[in-house]
Amino acid sequence: MNWKTFAALLARDAHVARRNILPVLIQNLIQPMMFVFVFGRVMTGSGLLPQAYKNMLLPGIMAITMVISGAQGVAMPLIGEFQFTKEIEDRLLSPIHIGWIAVEKIVAGMLQALAAGLVVIPAGWLLLGSGLDLSGARPLELLVMLFLVALMASAAGLVLGCMIGQTQIGMMFTLVLGPMIFFGCAYYPWSTLARFPILQKVVLVNPLVYASEGFRAALVPGIPHLALPAVIAALVLFDAGLVWLGIQQFDRKAVS
Amino acid sequence: MSAGLRTEDLKKVYKSAPPMAAQTGFLFGAPRSKGPGEKKDFEVVALAGLSFEVKEGEILGLLGPNGAGKSTTVGILTTRIRPTSGRAWVGEHDVWAEPVVVKRMFGVVPQRPNLDFSLTAREILTFHGAYFGIPARDSHRRAGELLDRFQLAERADQMVRGFSGGMMQRLSIARALMHDPAVLFLDEPTVGLDPQTRLAVWELIREYNRRGKTILLTTHNMEEADSLCQRIAIIDHGKMIACDSPAALKASVPGGWLIRLRFSLSTPELAERLRALEGVRDVRPGADSAVDVYADRGGALIPALVAAAAGAGAEIHDVHLSEPSLENLFLLHTGKGLRE
Repeated sequence: MNWKTFAALLARDAHVARRNILPVLIQNLIQPMMFVFVFGRVMTGSGLLPQAYKNMLLPGIMAITMVISGAQGVAMPLIGEFQFTKEIEDRLLSPIHIGWIAVEKIVAGMLQALAAGLVVIPAGWLLLGSGLDLSGARPLELLVMLFLVALMASAAGLVLGCMIGQTQIGMMFTLVLGPMIFFGCAYYPWSTLARFPILQKVVLVNPLVYASEGFRAALVPGIPHLALPAVIAALVLFDAGLVWLGIQQFDRKAVS
Repeated sequence: MSAGLRTEDLKKVYKSAPPMAAQTGFLFGAPRSKGPGEKKDFEVVALAGLSFEVKEGEILGLLGPNGAGKSTTVGILTTRIRPTSGRAWVGEHDVWAEPVVVKRMFGVVPQRPNLDFSLTAREILTFHGAYFGIPARDSHRRAGELLDRFQLAERADQMVRGFSGGMMQRLSIARALMHDPAVLFLDEPTVGLDPQTRLAVWELIREYNRRGKTILLTTHNMEEADSLCQRIAIIDHGKMIACDSPAALKASVPGGWLIRLRFSLSTPELAERLRALEGVRDVRPGADSAVDVYADRGGALIPALVAAAAGAGAEIHDVHLSEPSLENLFLLHTGKGLRE
């Protein structure tokens, strides 16, 4: 392992992210924040939804934001760099094993996901107004969740970035990210699916379910949620699988 | 540090469309399909057992038409394409056993610029330096020198998206030189450049070589191969056809001159009469009453050719004269031109 090269690759990604900070923020945060405002402020304020919905909503929005920003942050540049502009070639030729370049991509995506996730809490506070009551009693659980979700998002981005063609980007949003978000228990707790027993089982293949439920367990333990050990175990499995698959696919793309 | 290159019986068969590293300039051969009832398989043989050596400090040109296997060869030597079989070395290091060691030793100038569009010209060089562990201060100094030398200083701090093709190519070369590699790979370095820029690029290549660096250049431009390379390896369909100095290769064409003729009709008698002419070394009838005559003289032979044709009852419809050149050598071995 060549740390100098690894650090330089990471520095390059950080440099580019800094340069693009505004578009990246807009791309990742506007949509979830509008959701927070409409559902958490407008609809609770008008009485359509109970005030407590705010607390239920914010952890879910945090999960969505992290997953989208991490996955997009890795996948979108990779799709272009691998297939059209070939910009990544200079980095593929840097003196480091190809696998480590994939790991670097994951680390860079994790940092992006963490930054986006941590912005959600103060932004949500501002948008939701009074009545938001997040618990700070489980900091360790929150840190573990942040790490696991960031890794999941970033590794999923690596998999998508290596497996999806430029012409299929629209499909990726429609067929992968769309269903993932709507059936990810971000806008409602998993327990509310009890009336739809089949759906309740099926959504368990969606890693976003564990992200949303885990953040609820860490931030608003009062709301019914999946047991945290189960959530963590599931996320560890997803993370391991996605990291493995992502590195495999990256290697296949990089070396023909 | 200096190092040569060596390959031993390199084979590469693509089972699916050749991916990015070999795509540029790669023309597909007809995919082989298996017999009826079997699953249809895509298979393209890009290299069919290629062995060659580039000595330390030498400029060797890989010359061949599109699809000959040039980019695949460079891809294998630069860790981007895994050979189906065979081995490759940079210096004493097996490319596929020690890819990280080998990557430190070479620089690559790709056929199509693959510059990092998210960075400025200067950043492209300094980050490249950082990937190779060059301390920031040295890296900045070296980047400044290269930008000056490649006449890019004025636009050094601009994003490269708006650069012209020539500027991008110069920057690609500068980037490859950032870590002062012992071996430089240039894949069709002057395709699409204007004549002036092409000459400038040639001079940069010569200059680097004068410092004792080894250079492997791929091209389908004979003039480029002729003027730059100490030796030329001519390849086609993934196989070596000939490898020698440009002068020796040209001298190996029978007589040196090639006169391509087309007649109203072509008969064995005509070929015999042509063969009997003084100065004619070889006569090769082709399709459509075309005949290639290899001779040790050019225009001086035309009257005799016309007379011989008349004697055989044929009329000349077309004459094309080419003086001793690598193109003739290529035609001699493959029956087709480099650009066909």
